[in-house]
Amino acid sequence: MATGQPSIEFKDVRLGFSEGEILRGVTFSAQERETVILLGETGTGKTLLLKLASGLLRPDSGSIRVLGKNISGIPESELLEMRRQIGFVFQEGALFDSLTVGENVAYRLREDAVDEVEIEPRIKEVLRFVELAHTTDLLPSELSGGMRRRVAIARALVSRPPIVLYDSPTAGLDPITSQAIISLILRLRDVYGVTALLATHRLQDGFALANFHFDPQSRKVRRDSSLELSHAAPTRFLVLRAGEIYFEGTPDALMKSPDPYLQRFLI
Amino acid sequence: MADTPIQAAPHEARAPEVPSVAEVLQDLAKTSILKVQNYSKLSYHSITNLATGPRYAQDTLDQMDDIGVGSLPIVLLSGFFIGAVMVLQTGTQFERFGQASLTGDIVSLALVRELGPSITGLLVAGRCSSGIASELGSMVVTEQVDAMRAMGTDPSRKLVTPRVLATLITLPLLTTISVFVGLLGGMVASVLSLRINATTFWERAIKILEFSDIMQGFSKTVVFAFLIATVGCYQGLNVRGGTQGVGRATTQAVVVASVLIIISDTFLTKVALYLADKFF
Repeated sequence: MATGQPSIEFKDVRLGFSEGEILRGVTFSAQERETVILLGETGTGKTLLLKLASGLLRPDSGSIRVLGKNISGIPESELLEMRRQIGFVFQEGALFDSLTVGENVAYRLREDAVDEVEIEPRIKEVLRFVELAHTTDLLPSELSGGMRRRVAIARALVSRPPIVLYDSPTAGLDPITSQAIISLILRLRDVYGVTALLATHRLQDGFALANFHFDPQSRKVRRDSSLELSHAAPTRFLVLRAGEIYFEGTPDALMKSPDPYLQRFLI
Repeated sequence: MADTPIQAAPHEARAPEVPSVAEVLQDLAKTSILKVQNYSKLSYHSITNLATGPRYAQDTLDQMDDIGVGSLPIVLLSGFFIGAVMVLQTGTQFERFGQASLTGDIVSLALVRELGPSITGLLVAGRCSSGIASELGSMVVTEQVDAMRAMGTDPSRKLVTPRVLATLITLPLLTTISVFVGLLGGMVASVLSLRINATTFWERAIKILEFSDIMQGFSKTVVFAFLIATVGCYQGLNVRGGTQGVGRATTQAVVVASVLIIISDTFLTKVALYLADKFF
C-alpha cells in the first residue's frame, strides 16, 4: 500500500436486495491507524458496510479499496487471501460453538499452518490481552455474552491484522461490560495501531474511543487532555441514514451540530 | 480526516408497488433457476476442491465417523429385518409353486440391486442430510460461516467437501453391510419360517449374483451418497430466517434428498440394465 493512501476507501458504493436499495452511493475513507465510528439506527446498513469492507458482500456498483487493493471485482480466492489481513468481530461473537476458546483463537493460525509450538504462546498472549487466559479449555456456551465478545476480539487480533472491523461490539451488553469491551478496543488501537471501522448505535462508545487512550506506561485507560489529543489516534464519526452518509466529521463537530436528527443520538 | 462535517437530506420513503401475476411468475422462474445454478455450483466445487489444497483430512475423518459409524446401528437393524420380511413375503408365494428354494435368489438380487442401496440411501438421507442441513444452517444463522470466510477459509472446502467425500466413502460400505445383514436376516427367516436349509439359502443367494448386479448396486450408492451430502449442504448453507429457517431447511433436505434418491433410482436402474445387457 502506498504511503498516504487510505487503508479503507469506499467510492459511491451501492447495494440493494429484493426489498430495495439499502446503500445509496456511500463514499468515505479510513486512514491508517484511524478509527471510524459508523453510527446509525438499526437497519441503516452499518453491518453491510463492514461486510463490504471485508469482501463478504459485493457491491452492486462503486469501488472499495482495502490496503490499496480494489476488492469489489476480485474473485473469492483472492478475497480469502486478502481477508487474512482483516480482523472481524461479529455482533454476537460468531465463535465456533463446537471448538474450545483456545481452538477458536488458534483457528486462523492453524489454517495458516503455523507451527504448533508457536501457536500455544500466541493463544496465551491474546487471551491474556483480553483477560481471559483461564478460559482456554472452555466451550463458548460456557461463557457470558461479554466474555464471548472478548474471545471474538482475541480471535480477530491473533494474526495481528492491520485492520479490525467491529460489528456492534457492545450491543446487548450491560454498561460495565460494554465499558470493558470499549477499553479493550482502545488498547488494541493504541497498542497495535490498527485501523478500525466500528459499527454501533451507541454514541457513548464512539465518544469513549475519541476521548480516551490507553497509556502503556501505567497500563491504564486515561482521558485525553487537549495536548495529548493531537497525538492520539484520530477518531471520526459517520452517521448513516436511509443508506446514505448523513453526517461525517469529528466528535466535536457531531457534538456541536444543531441538526435535530443528530441531536437525537446525543440525548 | 474531514474537519467540516457533511450533511445530506434523507431519502423519502416510497410506497411499495404491487407486482403483477406475470412478474410473480417471472420471479419464481428466476428463483428456481438460481437455486439450480447455485446447487450445481456447490456440487461442482465439492468435487473440484479435491484437486487443490487446502484439504481437510481430519474433518473428513470426523464426518466419516459421524455419517458412517453413526448410521451403522439403524442400517444394521433395518437391513436385517428388511431381508427377513422379504423372505416372508416372497417365500409364501414361491411355496405355492413348490419353488421355496428360489427365495434366496430373489432376496439376494433384490437386496443387492435395489433394496440395499435405496433403503440405506433413504435411511442415511433421513439421518445425515437433515443433520448436515441443521448443523450448517445453525452455523449460518449464528454467522459462523461468515466468520469462517472472514478468516480466509473457504466454507466449500472446509464444510462441504469433507461431508461429500465422507458420504461417498461410507455409503457404499454401509450398503454392503446392510445387504450382508439383510441376507442374514433372510436366511434366519427362511430357516425358521420356510424350513429351508441355511447353506442352500446362502449358496443360492451368492451364486445368482453377477458382476453387473454388484455394479448396479454400487453405482447407485455413489450417486445417492452425492445427492445426500450435497442436498444437505446446499439446504444448510442457504438457510434464511433464523432458527425457523433451520427447521425448514432440515425438513427440506430430507424431503428433497429422498425424492431425488427415488427418482434417480429409476433412471439408474434403466441405465444399469441397458449397460448390463450391452457389456456384461
